[in-house]
Amino acid sequence: MTNPQWIEACEVDDVEEEDVIRFDHEDRTFAIYRTDKGEFFASDGYCTHEKFHLSNGLVMGSTIECPKHNGRFDIKTGAAKRTPVCVDLRTYPVKIENDKVFIQI
Amino acid sequence: MTDNEMVIVGAGEAGARAAAELRAQGFDGPITLIGDEPHLPYERPPLSKGQLCDVEEPAPAFILTKEKLDDLQIQLLSGDAASRIDRSRHIVQLASGREVPYTKLLLATGANPRRLTVQGNAAGELHYLRKFGDALAIRDRMKPGARVAVIGGGFIGLETAASATARECDVTLIEVGPRILMRGVPPQIAEMVEARHRQAGVRFAIGVMIERIDRDQDGYWVKLADGSFIGCDLIIAGIGAVPETTLAQDCGLAIENGIQVNEYLMTSDPDIYAAGDCCSFPHPMFDNRRIRLEAWRNAQDQGTQAAVNMLGVEPAPYAALPWFWSDQYDQTLQVAGLADGASTTIERDLNEAGKLFFHLAEDGRLLSVSGMGPAGAFSKEMRLAEMLAEKQARPDAALLADPSVKLKTLLREFD
Ligand SMILES: Cc1cc2nc3c(=O)[nH]c(=O)nc-3n(C[C@H](O)[C@H](O)[C@H](O)COP(=O)(O)OP(=O)(O)OC[C@H]3O[C@@H](n4cnc5c(N)ncnc54)[C@H](O)[C@@H]3O)c2cc1C
Ligand code: FES
Repeated sequence: MTNPQWIEACEVDDVEEEDVIRFDHEDRTFAIYRTDKGEFFASDGYCTHEKFHLSNGLVMGSTIECPKHNGRFDIKTGAAKRTPVCVDLRTYPVKIENDKVFIQI
Repeated sequence: MTDNEMVIVGAGEAGARAAAELRAQGFDGPITLIGDEPHLPYERPPLSKGQLCDVEEPAPAFILTKEKLDDLQIQLLSGDAASRIDRSRHIVQLASGREVPYTKLLLATGANPRRLTVQGNAAGELHYLRKFGDALAIRDRMKPGARVAVIGGGFIGLETAASATARECDVTLIEVGPRILMRGVPPQIAEMVEARHRQAGVRFAIGVMIERIDRDQDGYWVKLADGSFIGCDLIIAGIGAVPETTLAQDCGLAIENGIQVNEYLMTSDPDIYAAGDCCSFPHPMFDNRRIRLEAWRNAQDQGTQAAVNMLGVEPAPYAALPWFWSDQYDQTLQVAGLADGASTTIERDLNEAGKLFFHLAEDGRLLSVSGMGPAGAFSKEMRLAEMLAEKQARPDAALLADPSVKLKTLLREFD
């Protein structure tokens, strides 16, 4: 594996509060979240239950609910919080610079 | 409660979730999960979907792995059926002769496919789909070019038909009722589903009885009441399911379209609970009408709630909004709530994201939402609509119909 590097994912304004967008980079896909408090987080883009884009899911506070079968994860830690998901989601560090969102992958 | 022993019969969706929840609730006594299938607990929904048409060798989608079971110290007795419950001695007897004592018992025995009774020399050769082995047997016979007849236009039949077309089979679906998806799905969606299947090349024989099923050297022949014949190499029947109540019935528990439970999922014996496809329960959101569901999330949620209630610490009634999904081709279909008592249906056109239908009672209360669309964008809108129904909201019909009004905004009004 190469060393982690910061990648520009989107503009701050691209993500509404309490929402999520999809970000594809090379052959990987990520989910970029903005919580109800305006904080940004990032995780792998697919649910750990089946391969389904979490960016289609619903953000509630700091929880993301997968729309496919309603599994839930904690956005901040990636912890699996509701069946059927039982495998945690991988999360990535996020920083904001000049109104741009960067994730470290 | 250290001396308590928790026993679950049926290691499927509800049983497995219940076992895990007992631990999650902090119960530290013995938990025994009894299952007659040889496998670890697995999910059934993929059986009619990916597992029939994925190119790779399919494997069951396990709910609990061996490591997880060990970790949670759940004793799984697989490949052994419970054959009798001795309520006075609080013992479950297994087919192997083994006896398992219980303090509280959960019956999560699921349902079995309803068998088609029909004349003909091949009437006994139909395939049914409930277990992993059934899926493998069907999959083996779904060779490219094979002629497949599916009997029953319910979810399992339709998903099987979609999977068969993905395997490049030549598919005919036979439905004796006046339309497909008669149970619980509004006609608008049934039409969309049928159109999608026709586009994929599925032929339909609707509203016609099956007279007999025979086999000769050219394969099977399904004879319809209108005199026509459908020739095929494989026949799969998906004509509903019958709750598995044998054990409950034999030991004298009350039965009413499944094992009868109260709102706490307790049977007529306070030490025995039931959850999932095998039980019928009164639903508080629908005037306590007694219903029985055959749905994956219900099985999970009831298993979880039954586990909590068995421990007796903070028992709560089960009142989750019924929810069901089905995947066919690139489309997903969902139904939340029960539309039976609805007097008005309002359509919301999501354009590329599909369509939603809101079913309102006479007094304006949202009873049910159903819809269909491509999995991604549709699911988010559907979830918001479902949350409106969960709140038993009385939304303004004009706003529901107007796609420029965000459902998230509407939802906030009912916080
Ligand atoms: C092919 C298929 C596709 C489906 N697709 C969907 C879908 O897309 N969406 C959806 O919402 N729902 C779907 N469902 C429904 C969903 O899978 C069921 O509602 C769910 O599995 C019910 O869980 P359960 O625990 O009640 O029963 P089951 O999962 O059937 O588990 C019951 C278990 O108990 C065992 N058992 C029975 N009697 C005994 C005994 N005496 N001793 C020991 N073990 C016993 C059975 O063998 C079985 O393993 C589908 C079902 C099938 C069959
Ligand atoms: S794919 Fe996310 S919960 Fe199933």
